[in-house]
Parts: sequence; C-alpha cells; structure tokens
Amino acid sequence: MSQLSVRHLLGIKDITEADMQLIFETADHFKEVLNRPIKKVPSLRDITIANVFFEDSTRTRLSFELAEKRLSADVINFSASGSSVKKGETLLDTVNNILAMKVDMIVMRHSSVGAPHFLSRHIKANIVNAGDGTHEHPTQALLDSFSIREKLGEVAGKKIAIIGDILHSRVALSNIFALQKLGAEVMVCGPSTLIPRYIGELGVRVEHNVRKALEWCDVANVLRIQLERQQGKLFPSLREYTQYFGIDKKMLDSLNKEIVLMHPGPINRGVELSSDAADSAHSIILDQVENGVAVRMAVLYLLASSRE
Amino acid sequence: MAAKGKNVSLRNQIAMQKRLIVPHALLQIMLQRLCHQLIETHGDFSNTVLIGLQPRGKFLAQRLQKQLLEITGKNIPLGFLDTTFYRDDFRRRESPLAANATSINFIIENQKVVLIDDVLFTGRSVRAALDAMIAFGRPAGVELLILIDRLYQRDLPIEANYVGQQVNSLASQKVLVEWQNENTAEDNIWLISKTDEV
Repeated sequence: MSQLSVRHLLGIKDITEADMQLIFETADHFKEVLNRPIKKVPSLRDITIANVFFEDSTRTRLSFELAEKRLSADVINFSASGSSVKKGETLLDTVNNILAMKVDMIVMRHSSVGAPHFLSRHIKANIVNAGDGTHEHPTQALLDSFSIREKLGEVAGKKIAIIGDILHSRVALSNIFALQKLGAEVMVCGPSTLIPRYIGELGVRVEHNVRKALEWCDVANVLRIQLERQQGKLFPSLREYTQYFGIDKKMLDSLNKEIVLMHPGPINRGVELSSDAADSAHSIILDQVENGVAVRMAVLYLLASSRE
Repeated sequence: MAAKGKNVSLRNQIAMQKRLIVPHALLQIMLQRLCHQLIETHGDFSNTVLIGLQPRGKFLAQRLQKQLLEITGKNIPLGFLDTTFYRDDFRRRESPLAANATSINFIIENQKVVLIDDVLFTGRSVRAALDAMIAFGRPAGVELLILIDRLYQRDLPIEANYVGQQVNSLASQKVLVEWQNENTAEDNIWLISKTDEV
C-alpha cells in the first residue's frame, strides 16, 4: 500500500493502523533526507500550502513550515492576530479567500473543536489539523509514536503512561487513539480534576499516583500544565501540583529500570518536569522535535499524492 | 482494413509471449564484459563510486561490485539511491509510488559516479536520479550503466555509456530482469506483456 485512506488528516480517530505504518515508513525515508548535506527534495514544488494559525504556536508552526520548505512547497503563513478575523470575518470566508489565491493545502490550528472537520465539508483543498481546541493534534501523536518506535523498535505491546493535564490536552486524546491502534497499552495519570470523567471508556487505565504510573510504564509522556486553559481552580497551586505530580531525575533513577521520557513541549521547567529530568539520558524530547519535521513531511507528501 | 486486422492479431501474438531475451549463460558473459569495460575506463577505481538505482538497479549494482572485487581485488564504494521524491510524475500517476531506502555512506564530491540500473526505458528515472544525486555533492563526472536498453522509447535525451543489450520492444511491454535467489534458479531476462492485452 502506498496511499492513505483519507484526503485530510483531521484526527487519528479517522485513520487506520495501515495509514500510520505508511506514514512511519515514509518518514523513515525523509529522516534520511534530513541528514544529507542538501536536505531538500523537489516533490511538492508545484504545491502551495497555507499555514493558518488561529491560535499561538511556535514548535508546530516552525516544524510544519520547515517540512513544507524541505519538500519545496510554496508556503504562506497566516495568523489570526493582526488579520481581518479581528474585523469579524468568518472562518469559511477567511479560508475561501486564501484558497482563491490557488492554495492546494491548508494546515490549520484553531481553538474550536471540530473547526478543521467543518472546513473539510466545505472546501476542496487537503486539510491537516495542527490542533483543534482540546480535541486532537494528530501530527503530534504521530511523531510521538514514531519516536517510541524509533527508540524501542515497536509500539505494539509497550506500556505508555500519559501524565499531567489530560482534560485540556489534545495531545493526550490523539496519543490515546494512535497508541491503541498501534497495539500499545495506555494509562493516564494526573489529579482527578484534570482527568475527564469517562476517559476509562476509551479503554485506558486511570492512575492518580505518579510513582505507580512510572513503575508500570515503559514510556512516560509528560504533558504540560496548560496555564492558559485553566478555568477555575482545578488544583490548589503549581507548587502543590509539582509536589504530587512533578517528575525529577531522582525519581526516575530510583525506579531502577529503563524508562523513556517524552514531552510535547513547551516544558514548564520545575512544574511537571524538573530540569535534570528533562535533560537526562532518559529523555527523548529533542528527538521528538527532530522527528516532527520528518513525520510532517511524510503526512504532507502522502496527502498531496492523494489529492485527486 | 484486413491488413490492419492482421497487424493487430500479430501484435497480440507477440504480446502473449513471455519471451526469454537473455538466458542465464549469456547474462554471465554480459556481466563479465560490463566489468571489463568499466575497468578499461576507470583503471584502479581509486576515484570511482557505484550507485545502484532503487528498486531494481540495486541487484545489478551489487552483482557488478562483487564481480569487480573478484577481478580487481578492489572493494569499490557502493550506494543505493531512491528517486521517488524527485520524480516528475508525482500526482500524475494513478497510484503513488512507495519510496525505498537511500543508503549512500560517502560523499560523491569530485568522484566519478557510475549510475547503475537494470532497464533504460523513457529516461525519466535517470533524470530524477541525476537530480537526487546532487544532494550528495558535485561529482567529477557521471556515467550510466544499463543492462537492457529499450530502443526508440526515450522521452528525454538520455543515453547509457555501458549497455548490456539493446532490445526492440513495444511501449506496452515490460522487461523483467530476474536474479538468482532462493526462489529462482537462474539469472534471466524476459520480455513480457500486461495481462489485459492477452
């Protein structure tokens, strides 16, 4: 198989395990390209991609932009701040205006759940969801699984604990879908106020003791406390969160086992992860960032080839 | 009309055959000749590298490198180049091509490169390969070695420096180079046709 089953990457929920394996195999080849003296291939030279970001982003946006440039696509960037969105233009109007400039693909981040799904019903261009509210962030989940596969050989049969703010995290939901489709066991861990009430129905384990979660898992994917999304008091203070759910190197070393530490960034150093843990040999955080470009190249390449 | 009908039936007859165009023994002689032609041009291979084009040029390149080692005692650097991301038919094919691994563990800057593929047809793969190769440096020179040159089928002005055999064929036919392995007893080259013509 050399083609995805979908035209848009809206979420991991919509794609198959075979799609993910194809993305990983293609990303392997792009990773080799990224280690060449000349890190660029001409595949998408007749394609224009718009990065439409209605919400702030550094890593994801840079990663997408680099992936697009490495594939020789023409790139335009749009951010909601300082645009006509402030003047009251609707999402569909904004995007249709961008498409009128002959754009083939849209990479979109939006604060509303389902915004890319809505768009996919109204426009022809391929859409890549770069995060929709607290729903999905599919490319992050793909690069997380790709990094686990690279580090441990495979994802199937591995135990992965997702630790932190599960309630507000689109990374958590996409990761749960991706890891389960690839045959891994998933646990979520955090204070009960930051874990959605019915998450057990997705078939994940729920744990509230971070030490027990670490003892159980092969991989700990630690999520950021999303200060900007906290409404009301879900935990008393950052200091208390760190005391009960923060991970430091001493704790990792005391487990006396191989453990892989991941974080989608940006890290709140000294909150969910201490600096010595984030920079320790357990951590593959910077590998995740490197793999992000290769995985996004694979997604864009495969979606572009399935345009018709 | 009758003459045209006759031509069509003759064409179908040819198309239905899976014809052996290079048998095992002849192919061995051909490989020996290609090795000696390379030695004639490249001498001690001190500044030469071999690059097999994925997917099928890889086998020929491996075979030639092995035979050159036996004849000259030199282990010539060998790499494999995948051209999928450089092709000019991206988004124009019915189904996309799957990529293969590229493994070139040397820099080709100022080296003489011999590109190796099994069949030269339209020349488009070779054009993509020339493009892909530049990512590994600026070579001193590039040559092309081909086992089967399909005459009169070129879309681009590309010709090989070393040719195993030239073959007349219809555009709809296919040349299949089979290498000896656990499933195949002999090296053979076949001219075959697509089943929908039969």
